[in-house]
Amino acid sequence: MYAYTDFDDKFLTQRNAEFRAQVERRIDGSLTEDEFKPLRLMNGLYLQLHAYMLRVAIPYGTLNGAQMHRLADIADKWDKGYGHFTTRQNIQYNWPELRDVPDMLDALAEVNMHAIQTSGNTIRNVTADHFAGAAADEIADPRPVAELIRQWSTDHPEFQFLPRKFKVAVSGATHDRAVLKAHDIGLQIVERDGVRGFEVIVGGGLGRTPMIGKVLYDFVASEDLLPTLEAIVSVYNLLGRRDNKYKARIKITVHENGIEDIRARVDARYKLIRPQFTGVDQQMLARIEADFAKPAFASKSLAPFESAYSNDPVFRAWADTNLTDHAAQGYAIVSISLKAHGATPGDATSAQMRVMAALAAEYGHDELRISHEQNVILPHVHRADLPALHARLKEAGLGTANIGLISDIIACPGMDYCALATARSIPIAQEIATRFDDLKLEHDVGPLKIKISGCINACGHHHVGHIGILGLDRAGVESYQITLGGDGTQDATIGERAGPGFSAEQIIPAVERIVRTYLELRHTRDETFLETYRRLGLAPFKAALYPEAKADAA
Amino acid sequence: MPKSFQPSVITANALLEGDVVYLRGTEWVRDLHAADVLTDAADADIRLLEAQARVAEVVGVYLAPVDAENGIAPTHFREAFRATGPSNYAHGKRESV
Repeated sequence: MYAYTDFDDKFLTQRNAEFRAQVERRIDGSLTEDEFKPLRLMNGLYLQLHAYMLRVAIPYGTLNGAQMHRLADIADKWDKGYGHFTTRQNIQYNWPELRDVPDMLDALAEVNMHAIQTSGNTIRNVTADHFAGAAADEIADPRPVAELIRQWSTDHPEFQFLPRKFKVAVSGATHDRAVLKAHDIGLQIVERDGVRGFEVIVGGGLGRTPMIGKVLYDFVASEDLLPTLEAIVSVYNLLGRRDNKYKARIKITVHENGIEDIRARVDARYKLIRPQFTGVDQQMLARIEADFAKPAFASKSLAPFESAYSNDPVFRAWADTNLTDHAAQGYAIVSISLKAHGATPGDATSAQMRVMAALAAEYGHDELRISHEQNVILPHVHRADLPALHARLKEAGLGTANIGLISDIIACPGMDYCALATARSIPIAQEIATRFDDLKLEHDVGPLKIKISGCINACGHHHVGHIGILGLDRAGVESYQITLGGDGTQDATIGERAGPGFSAEQIIPAVERIVRTYLELRHTRDETFLETYRRLGLAPFKAALYPEAKADAA
Repeated sequence: MPKSFQPSVITANALLEGDVVYLRGTEWVRDLHAADVLTDAADADIRLLEAQARVAEVVGVYLAPVDAENGIAPTHFREAFRATGPSNYAHGKRESV
């Protein structure tokens, strides 16, 4: 993976020293909160409901064992012994004290990590397919170009005060696991006549006005990518609305001006700035690519795997749900669930982080990934090592066999932590997971993605959940609105609103009615919830959700 | 007739810890039940302005309406969560309970 150069080290040291001085000046009263707030946000520091929150970037979701260890150490030393992994491949610490934050940032810098541009109206942490560099369906590893974009966008002088935040995601696989079409810019690596390039998608986003991204260019050659990105963000920087926060994202700019108009403007801007890109970026990219060379894969007997698979039903259940095909012979991609039934989605204790770091070192070529679905991935594990690995995961409370199932829920922090939230998300996720675990139904139900957001900003991606839940404040009471049929993959679809909201007490039975309706209506066990929904539409689910409406109509 | 004033407390987050605090006299306290309940609009306005000026101690000072019939109870669930801490762990205000 990418190792910082002297330049990177120096930049980060200076930046951290600058922020340390800003914190000191805030504490001694020379900076007001109005002056300090934009400075702290640029460095990932929020003030939430009960405490500060530090959001640390995990660029394109990749980290090594030493970095994961350091995240654990930080959780113990300056927080409450855990961290929360987010839908943007970041980690959040929910309880730091202002005075300690500069020390936390210095501790991160020692392992090539930072919190820069994890907030504010800037280009945020670049996300990528969490199976990058390992997936069997991949054309090319998206992380080198994601790293190039990280370097280009970090402290980019033109883009520090954009109309609004700006999110870029990259994937090199045929299956979209990075929700490309819900990003300000989504980049899909493609090949045309043997030449590698990018499909460039713009104007996607969730939030108040969900939009599926539109193709701006179906092919941009690798060497033209950075100037293209610069042209897009530059056009948005001038054209994006600054009069209304809710209309400031590029999705609205694209929607209001039309994709053709945006393309014409980007073309014009591109022409102007292209000569400034002399190819230095491509030299840097080549060096970065060398850092992402594939590990030396081993060749071993699969006997231990086969034996455990036949003899140990617990292992088999886990292997059936938590493994994904790897590009290399004999290897698997392991998804470690941070969704034990009843636990807070995405949270890991410092002890669990250390176990995962150790397992990555022992069995996984020292690589870990954070998925936008709030799980941890060991991308390269030989199948022969899986039984031993699984045993260790189980001991650490990390053996839950539920990846892609109903209890593998995305949930934003909601009103338990977030200052913007309008309702809680975490307890709803906990109760749904516990309920379906009690019913012993989830393996029978099969693939089903529930995504919960505690406000309209949709950090929990509810619009693209097969079942989406949005928590709102309705006349001083928490109310939960259901959307159905959303999809965050290459077939991206915004879910349909099912009808009036449910109270916190009603929402769990409501979800259960949806699931039971699916079980009754599916053609075969192999027809997934989403397939059944697409075949039948909203009507049967709506009837199950609102039986009283049906009775009224009769 | 002017709209009647809803009894309120003055609340904010502590600058250093970020914890939710309430104004009692001239002190910031951590417990809602120890807060001064303000019942007069003019008095509340003045106290709020004074509190907002204490920029080296707190962030985001505002008036939060409460029900003060029996003890002090927040009128909105957001304020109830601020007063009691998160629901998933015994952290923050739940640690001391």
